[in-house]
Amino acid sequence: MALERSDVENIAGLARLAVSDEAITQYQAELSKILDLVAQMNAADTDNIEPLAHPTDAVQRLRADMVTEGNQREKFQTVAPATEAGCYLVPKVIE
Amino acid sequence: MEWEVVIGLEIHAQLATKSKIFSGSSTAFGAEPNTQASAVDLGLPGVLPVFNEEALRMAVKFGLAIDAHIGKRSVFDRKNYFYPDLPKGYQITQLHEPIVGLGHVDIVLDDGSTKRINITRAHLEEDAGKSLHEDFQGMTGIDLNRAGTPLLEIVSEPEIRSAKEAAAYFRKIHGIMTYLGICDGDLSQGSMRCDCNVSLRPKGQEKFGTRTEIKNVNSFKFVEKAIEAEIARQMDILEDGGRIIQETRLYDANKDETRSMRSKEVANDYRYFPDPDLLPVVIDDSYIDAVRNTLPELPDQKKQRFMDEQGLSAYDATVLSATRPMADYFESAAKICGDFKLAANWVMGELSAALNKSGELGIENSPVNATQLGQILLRIKDNTISAGGAKKVFQAIWDGEGSDVDGLIDSLGLKQVSDTSAIEAIVDDILNKNTAQVEQYVNAEPDKRGKMTGFFVGQIMKASKGTANPAVVNEILKSKLDAKIGG
Amino acid sequence: MHNKTIAQIAKDLENKVYSSVEITQHFLKRIEEQDKTLNSFITVTAENALQEAKNADNLRAKGEASVWTGIPMAHKDIFCTDGVLTSCGSKMLSNFVAPYDATVVSNFKQAGAVSLGKTNMDEFAMGSSNETSYFGAVKNPWDTSRVPGGSSGGSAAAVAGRLTPGATASDTGGSIRQPAALCGVTGLKPTYGLVSRWGMIAYASSLDQGGPIAQTAEDCAMMLNVMASFDTKDSTSIERPKQDYTASLNNSIAGKTIGLPKEYFSKDLDPAMAAAVRAAVSEFEKMGCKVKEISLPNTHLAIPAYYVVAPAECSANLSRMDGVRFGHRCENPKDLEDLYKRSRAEGFGKEVQRRIMVGAYALSAGFYDAYYVKAQKIRRLIKNDFVAAFKDVDIIMGPVTPSPAFKIGENTSDPIAMYLEDIFTIALNLAGLPGMSVPAGMVNGLPVGLQLIGNYWDEAQMLNIAHQFQLATDWHKQAPAGV
Repeated sequence: MALERSDVENIAGLARLAVSDEAITQYQAELSKILDLVAQMNAADTDNIEPLAHPTDAVQRLRADMVTEGNQREKFQTVAPATEAGCYLVPKVIE
Repeated sequence: MEWEVVIGLEIHAQLATKSKIFSGSSTAFGAEPNTQASAVDLGLPGVLPVFNEEALRMAVKFGLAIDAHIGKRSVFDRKNYFYPDLPKGYQITQLHEPIVGLGHVDIVLDDGSTKRINITRAHLEEDAGKSLHEDFQGMTGIDLNRAGTPLLEIVSEPEIRSAKEAAAYFRKIHGIMTYLGICDGDLSQGSMRCDCNVSLRPKGQEKFGTRTEIKNVNSFKFVEKAIEAEIARQMDILEDGGRIIQETRLYDANKDETRSMRSKEVANDYRYFPDPDLLPVVIDDSYIDAVRNTLPELPDQKKQRFMDEQGLSAYDATVLSATRPMADYFESAAKICGDFKLAANWVMGELSAALNKSGELGIENSPVNATQLGQILLRIKDNTISAGGAKKVFQAIWDGEGSDVDGLIDSLGLKQVSDTSAIEAIVDDILNKNTAQVEQYVNAEPDKRGKMTGFFVGQIMKASKGTANPAVVNEILKSKLDAKIGG
Repeated sequence: MHNKTIAQIAKDLENKVYSSVEITQHFLKRIEEQDKTLNSFITVTAENALQEAKNADNLRAKGEASVWTGIPMAHKDIFCTDGVLTSCGSKMLSNFVAPYDATVVSNFKQAGAVSLGKTNMDEFAMGSSNETSYFGAVKNPWDTSRVPGGSSGGSAAAVAGRLTPGATASDTGGSIRQPAALCGVTGLKPTYGLVSRWGMIAYASSLDQGGPIAQTAEDCAMMLNVMASFDTKDSTSIERPKQDYTASLNNSIAGKTIGLPKEYFSKDLDPAMAAAVRAAVSEFEKMGCKVKEISLPNTHLAIPAYYVVAPAECSANLSRMDGVRFGHRCENPKDLEDLYKRSRAEGFGKEVQRRIMVGAYALSAGFYDAYYVKAQKIRRLIKNDFVAAFKDVDIIMGPVTPSPAFKIGENTSDPIAMYLEDIFTIALNLAGLPGMSVPAGMVNGLPVGLQLIGNYWDEAQMLNIAHQFQLATDWHKQAPAGV
């Protein structure tokens, strides 16, 4: 399945990846090949087959409603690129 | 052209769990930024979510309260988008298999009739953090304490036809959530927020018009005003032959208008898929029955009981059952005094007026608590005090002058005198001191006499310092005056 | 000393042949000397390791030692280690000092093991050659011009080069078994849900599973005893009775039925590889096993389905790498979008970006059913194949890889050629089944792996069969020249 340049631009946008013009050309070719590989699925008859999301048929376990986590802000923020007054900093968000 | 308004609401209610929906962090409001954000809430590499059993129980409770289909199998999905208050880059929510399916509530319209609003679904999801725009020198600060707080998103069918109905529906949901004790209902802290989908269509047309979504409205009043403003805006555009653009808008309460939110650079494509870190949530009938057995009496049932068993009017019963604190207060006061109608009058009259005047006080924080009001009313019932005396006791407790009802009745000297001989003596004394007025009374036309008794009653009450039982006074006075006419 | 297995070291420590500090120093010295060539470690925690070894020796002196006390080992850099760089082979996390331990890591700490450091890997576990690591390619100890396989190439090369007696690893589409095969060591991918994923940085959540790489099946059993644990922090962790995987190693395997899937001996398989695998299978016949040809008819669909499921899950899993709370952040972002787009484009390598984009595409509006749902249905078909096969056989065997280790750079220009490297391993991950790679021969002086595929939760039997094979053969004892 051949992707258009605009497809690559669109998915790079969705994935928040900056891509140069040359990179788009390269990705266009590579992703198209991968999708060709993936398209081999179409040969399979999957009518009436239940999708399998998890290998085991387990169901969700439940956690008791208890506060088990304390304040670890200082530790967690040692790896943060930019913080101030306990907050993570990002460029101005306009709503 | 005549337009029909079509409204659907999406209400986000924070569930009153102690810990978050997928982590063991506290959900308490108002902590220092990021001090209640665990590794899971921050979306650190390698962390995994585990589902909070209480969030499940609360969602099922709500579903049962609105008579909804309960999903015996529900599935968490990832909703993918980038935003700084969304740490993982996806929100865990439920798309295809929500915990609560089709249900309904009934709202009361202005004319007293009821209208059924169907609820499409209610699903569990995690709240986002908060972006703080001040104090960061041109940057935005991110506080993730709220991230991961459990939300129940309640989606109505587009069956609401006016701003007033929308507000009534929001109130109704608020009432149910607080009755069930599954949401603290504190709108000022964002415990319940509402997205309003609004569109207009020519009356009689079946196809919906283009809708806009007003985001994050957080009070009953603003729901009504925001929708009114949006209806007016859309109507202006449509009347001028224009077209409505499907978009999200914000309500500006200061200007009383809605405005468009900055359009997104990339069109939203949320790429939902089942969250592979979580497994399907499966519950059985015995679980559902066990939850059903814990359901308290709900507003509609309470209202019906107030009407059927206590003879309250539909209006009174609606008001008194609307919120759980109101109903709890009313019922405990009524039970103490044994007179639901008297309690209704006082709760909706004296108490509501005092609370309104105070501005911010809720009934649960009333300086006069339900027990005290019940005792005050009990003293009216047993003729210890008059209605006027009761008001004085009420005010004294409200003002913090005391808390013991009987003690205050004593210290304020409000105990009524019902002893006939004592009252007779006062009546005789007043009649003797006011012979001129007695003369006038005797000579007056019979139909004028009624008004003239007021003078004597006033004097008698004054002489008794207000403690004479008015009914007894009236009775004795009338017989003595009649005797003079006859004599 | 460095050729000793974990089992032997455990005995030696118990018999005080040497101390934990001594054996730890020995391996640290080997790493220092050899790893400039192999590049199998990203971080060596020498100081920590010696401290842990000292503590272990003290425990032993007090008579409080258990099996694992003082045994050196290493962790794949996908497992979070409190206070130690956890890069996942990526520039994105090249500054990420994890603030907590993965369950697997804390299990080894509690058992008393000594961690030598963190092993190199393909970036975010995406790759089959260890060439996508931000920290440079790992070299195969058997031929340093060749790849060690991936993504757990660092763990496999470090064990093969005898820089550590064992290392943790993870397997999403073959990432334990394929490098173990190419490096001539033993690796085990457990049943999905046996080993906690808490703190193991997610690539594809429904496929990822941690497991051991070591010289022998016996060592893998010892490691699995530590790694396998029910974990309330991982919703996909399955609660099962605790098992001792070493207990049944010496059971007789006579009478077991081995299934050979005809699809695994197709034209894709190098004939010399096929011969080596068949030779290994005949060893089992000598031990009294029966061999039966079976069919796994949907085998050819595994790679196509995998390249939907894994990219879809990774596209969401890696969204948290946004330059806000941790990890790489671009210089002077002009606005929020710029922050996201440049931080991610700079922080992720090309293969990671390719998979993120494939995943975003497969999940995007209008394609979800055709790609994601279709792939999930194929997962079911593949699982059904195995379930049917296990009605007739006790274990399935086949090759791990189509060919022995290839040259560094040989496949980097063609992503698809690289993907086909996992043709025999990927189906297990889709089905959630356990599998092993056991050294079983040599082709052109390079190791060949025999793949064992067990039924669900059948690790003990699989290890038993592998161990019996290793008692009968010495492929696992062969070491690269100079080791």
